[in-house]
Amino acid sequence: MKIVVCVKYVPDATGDRGFNDDGTTDRESVDSLLSELDEYAIEQALKIVESGVEAEITYLTVGPDDAKDALRKALAMGGDNAIHVNDDDIAGTDALGTSLILAKAIERAGFDLVICGMASTDASMGVVPAMLAERLGVPQVTYLDEVTVEGTTVKGGGTVKGRREGDVATELIEAALPAVVSVTDRTGEARYPSFKGIMAAKKKNVEALDLDDLGIESDQVGLSAAWSIVDTATKRPPRAKGEVVEDEGEGGVQLAGFLAAKKFI
Amino acid sequence: MAKAPAFDPMDPLGIDDLLDPEDKAIRDTVRRFCADHVTPYVAEWFERGALPDVRELARGLGGIGVLGMTLDGYGCAGTSAVQYGLACLELEACDSGLRSLVSVQGSLAMFAIHRFGTEEQRRTWLPRLAAGEALGCYGLTEPDHGSDPASMRTHAKRDGDDWVLSGRKMWITNGSVADVAVIWAQTEDGVRGFVVPTDTAGFAAHDIKHKMSLRASITSELTLDEVRLPADAVLPDVVGMRGPLTCLGEARYGIVWGSVGAARSCFESALEYARTREQFGRPIGAFQLTQAKLADMAVEIGKAHLLALHLGRRKDAGAVRPEQISFGKLNNVREAIAIAREARTILGANGISLEYPVIRHMNNLESVLTYEGTSEMHTLVIGKALTGLDAFH
Repeated sequence: MKIVVCVKYVPDATGDRGFNDDGTTDRESVDSLLSELDEYAIEQALKIVESGVEAEITYLTVGPDDAKDALRKALAMGGDNAIHVNDDDIAGTDALGTSLILAKAIERAGFDLVICGMASTDASMGVVPAMLAERLGVPQVTYLDEVTVEGTTVKGGGTVKGRREGDVATELIEAALPAVVSVTDRTGEARYPSFKGIMAAKKKNVEALDLDDLGIESDQVGLSAAWSIVDTATKRPPRAKGEVVEDEGEGGVQLAGFLAAKKFI
Repeated sequence: MAKAPAFDPMDPLGIDDLLDPEDKAIRDTVRRFCADHVTPYVAEWFERGALPDVRELARGLGGIGVLGMTLDGYGCAGTSAVQYGLACLELEACDSGLRSLVSVQGSLAMFAIHRFGTEEQRRTWLPRLAAGEALGCYGLTEPDHGSDPASMRTHAKRDGDDWVLSGRKMWITNGSVADVAVIWAQTEDGVRGFVVPTDTAGFAAHDIKHKMSLRASITSELTLDEVRLPADAVLPDVVGMRGPLTCLGEARYGIVWGSVGAARSCFESALEYARTREQFGRPIGAFQLTQAKLADMAVEIGKAHLLALHLGRRKDAGAVRPEQISFGKLNNVREAIAIAREARTILGANGISLEYPVIRHMNNLESVLTYEGTSEMHTLVIGKALTGLDAFH
């Protein structure tokens, strides 16, 4: 079978991130890297193969030249090859446009299972997996804490099964392949790229595609085609000093009052 | 003209730009491994003078591929010398004891077997040592023979086809936890190396207590009491001091880089402290004396780092000489100690607390200064190379 893992190259969440004047993400002043939440998707793809499912793993990203770093890191963790969609007209594309590009690239590559992280660590919208499933016309099984694949054959078929922890219930969900899943950061720690993996990744193929290759017109994507735009952004104010409760015999009551006022209890 | 990139206090000279993507990827993996598995705990290990689960640690290091990483085949990653150096830098930025574990396993035990061993010896030991499933140690130094190892008293005698080893080895990193020891001993033909499984009768290891340095590292004394080994235990491809000294050259090379890591960690602590610690109503980093210290530290770290990279590039080109490694070790360890001491003064009383890494690095570097060739010996090696006159033989 064929597994496509969608990964995103994002500004380092530990850096001092900001926006450009047009409301797009500032990618210049902060180093970027493979979105940490996507590492969990990569890990699950590798685990599926290690569980005995015969599969080719392809990583897919949409992003500028440097986004190939994210693909190299993914390939260093394992997997077989990668696709990098890169086009000047893509800058400023929102989630809806991104899902269009991803869907076209995935259809072109062929797939049985698409695995995404639960959200990106920059925009954090978490909507791309669902949009992608709609565009591809396949089932979506999102926010999984556990994922397995069963019953696949060389001809395809099989099911993907997963567990989703909700506030009030745990759902066990399954879908017939082909399908799109997204996995959470509770699926298990992602592996480190090993030195052998890093050396081997140099030799793995990264296919470069542009909008023409995918049959997408430039006015379908980019900032001008975006349905969601950043109107204004305000820097988060510095954290205010905490409230100190002096315990003069009434400390417990005061603490409970504080928590109740914040609706924690 | 292109705009110059922003100034990075942690890389003021932009040395990162001299590295390949794979170099950085390897460096990042080691950095992350240390941050996840060692840095949060290492001060406590140092305080207790123990490595609580050295086997688990070794498996973790083996998992990322750091053990014997420059060697080819047998489960080793086959990286460049520069990449090994970058790994050593990150390991020692964490703790010199961690880098020592890796140096001894890879550059000494595994390198000796890989370079001088039989195919059988390589197949038996290297894959397990590379994976961290087995631990190795290296016995050259003796209680009475440090800088002058050629006068060692440990000896191996033939008895039929067998070899019988007797003697003592001192200051042996990983000694009491090792599964295999590479032991150098006098024979009728000269000094030879032996691959000794540590469960062989007559082999014993006792940990050295009361160390004030490398406390997060296991250091042992080995006693070899009529250790009987089969004929094929000897390393066939080397006779004489060239064998042990070639291995030491590998380990010294790692120290050239590692000491930059220890210095960087001290500098980071001092810089952060200088920016946030306030006295006389302003951060102490605003005072000229503190800025002079920080600037000098950054200058020396930059020079040491470039020197390490230069030697690494030469090593990868097969052009590095032992005198050049001595040059690197002498300078970089000397400067690292000076930086650790300077950092300690910026931290004031906190400079002696294990809450900060500075005093731990400072104490560790006292060992690094003398092991794998004392600074005096490296000075004399350079002196001999410059003058053509041997001052120590």
